[in-house]
Amino acid sequence: MIKSFLFHIGRYILLMRQVFKKPEKQSIYIRQIMVEIENLGLDSVGIVAFISTFMGAVLCIQMAFNIDTPLIPLYTIGFVTRQSVVLEFSPTIISLILAGKVGSRVASELGTMRVTEQIDAIEIIGINPATYLIFPKVIAAVLINPILIMMSMILAVFGGWLAGVLTGLVSSSVYVYGIKAFFESYDIFYAMVKTVVFAFLIVSISGYHGFYTKGGALEVGASSTKGVVHSSIAIIVFNLILTKLLLA
Amino acid sequence: MIEARNVSKAFGDHLVLNDLSVKFEPGKCNLIIGQSGSGKTVLMKCLVGLFEIDSGKVLYGDRVFSRMSFEEMKIIRQEIGMLFQGGALFDSMTVEENVMFPLSMFTNQTLPEKLDRANFCLSRVKLENANKLYPAEISGGMKKRVAIARAIAMNPKYLFCDEPNSGLDPLTANVIDKLISEITQEYNMTTVINTHDMNSVIEIGDRISYIHKGQLWWQGDKDSILKSDNPELNQFVFATELTRKLK
Ligand SMILES: Nc1ncnc2c1ncn2[C@@H]1O[C@H](COP(=O)(O)OP(=O)(O)OP(=O)(O)O)[C@@H](O)[C@H]1O
Ligand SMILES: [Mg+2]
Repeated sequence: MIKSFLFHIGRYILLMRQVFKKPEKQSIYIRQIMVEIENLGLDSVGIVAFISTFMGAVLCIQMAFNIDTPLIPLYTIGFVTRQSVVLEFSPTIISLILAGKVGSRVASELGTMRVTEQIDAIEIIGINPATYLIFPKVIAAVLINPILIMMSMILAVFGGWLAGVLTGLVSSSVYVYGIKAFFESYDIFYAMVKTVVFAFLIVSISGYHGFYTKGGALEVGASSTKGVVHSSIAIIVFNLILTKLLLA
Repeated sequence: MIEARNVSKAFGDHLVLNDLSVKFEPGKCNLIIGQSGSGKTVLMKCLVGLFEIDSGKVLYGDRVFSRMSFEEMKIIRQEIGMLFQGGALFDSMTVEENVMFPLSMFTNQTLPEKLDRANFCLSRVKLENANKLYPAEISGGMKKRVAIARAIAMNPKYLFCDEPNSGLDPLTANVIDKLISEITQEYNMTTVINTHDMNSVIEIGDRISYIHKGQLWWQGDKDSILKSDNPELNQFVFATELTRKLK
């Protein structure tokens, strides 16, 4: 168990060194990055928007429900909704959802290419397959995920406003006052650091599992599952580490 | 000329290639035959460096390929074309993009130049009007032909084909065999073909190497193979009624 863990960590690090080798032809890579931004990023806009809006609404209603003493001002609803969204909900929970969506896509794409010898074919042509296949995906995710997470934050806060105002739990002006209160730009910095690290983990870990798939269609499915599970675990662990480093 | 010298390769304690030495000559179809599981694919992958060999040497001319780094191998690999057992076309690219892929990566040709070359290679394998289709939209035989077109796009000196006609009907299989044989002579390529199809052996076997128990068991051409008195080879060659009748 420990031996296999160390084996995977070692092979993962070696693969990452391959991935960040100097690419063969830069113009090709820029085009690949664009393609991956579309595949991994734009394709996720819908699901991220949907989940964020609804979760923001639920957060706001729960906050309002918990505040039943007049000692706590009502703008706290807006304030706490914003804080939960910025610090944890958008960067961590949305990244976990992206781990499911993007991770399974990356792992199964690479896994299929491995078992159908497409990766061998790339290598035979004289191209480093790790760089060619994984590098553009990592860069695309690291560039696009912060934008997705920003969008998620805005929509979640908006969802909270919608729920608060429509149910009459809080007035628009009080909620807006709350979301502006005690604003620290460091919180955004913290959230973005997490987002970028998680984006890297999702694509590199699921890429690793896809890249080293052995066998056939069944194993591609297994790789895809491993990619999602292991990148989710890595997100949870790094969430704790980064929070300790950046906030404590 | 490609040469394997005393090559051994094992997976765990399963020894697949056992101190095997064999040479492949330019301008000829060098066939590797042997039973399923005898190590033909493993040998081919060792020759092109997809598998690392445990001991021995692989030489391209006088260049020792098996000791090279990835960067050094890259130079030789640009002289290599390979046709994989399953075709290995890139699913996300159309037929013409597949053929143009090596050109895009290694030349500074403009798109019209690359298209020209791709169209030439596709017409060479007698595949027209399929340029814009994706691999999922074409038949098995067409895939093999696209894969050949991609393999010859860079004008390789060395062509490797792993079971070029497995899973094809006899007519199409024969067309593919002839095609490879023609291209080999036309460009004086060193072509190495894995097969267990006796038809191919008799049609295009300029030089045949029979692999058995991880070693080169017999070597000769299409005429001598039917007259050999090697018992293991005869068992392989005359396994079917058809070849027995031929004798
Ligand atoms: N990656 C691998 N890991 C472990 N064993 C392998 C691997 N690849 C091949 N082998 C073993 O090596 C032996 C030779 O396999 P190989 O694929 O070379 O056979 P083959 O001669 O090409 O057969 P076929 O004609 O069916 O394609 C088999 O026993 C196989 O189990
Ligand atoms: Mg084989």
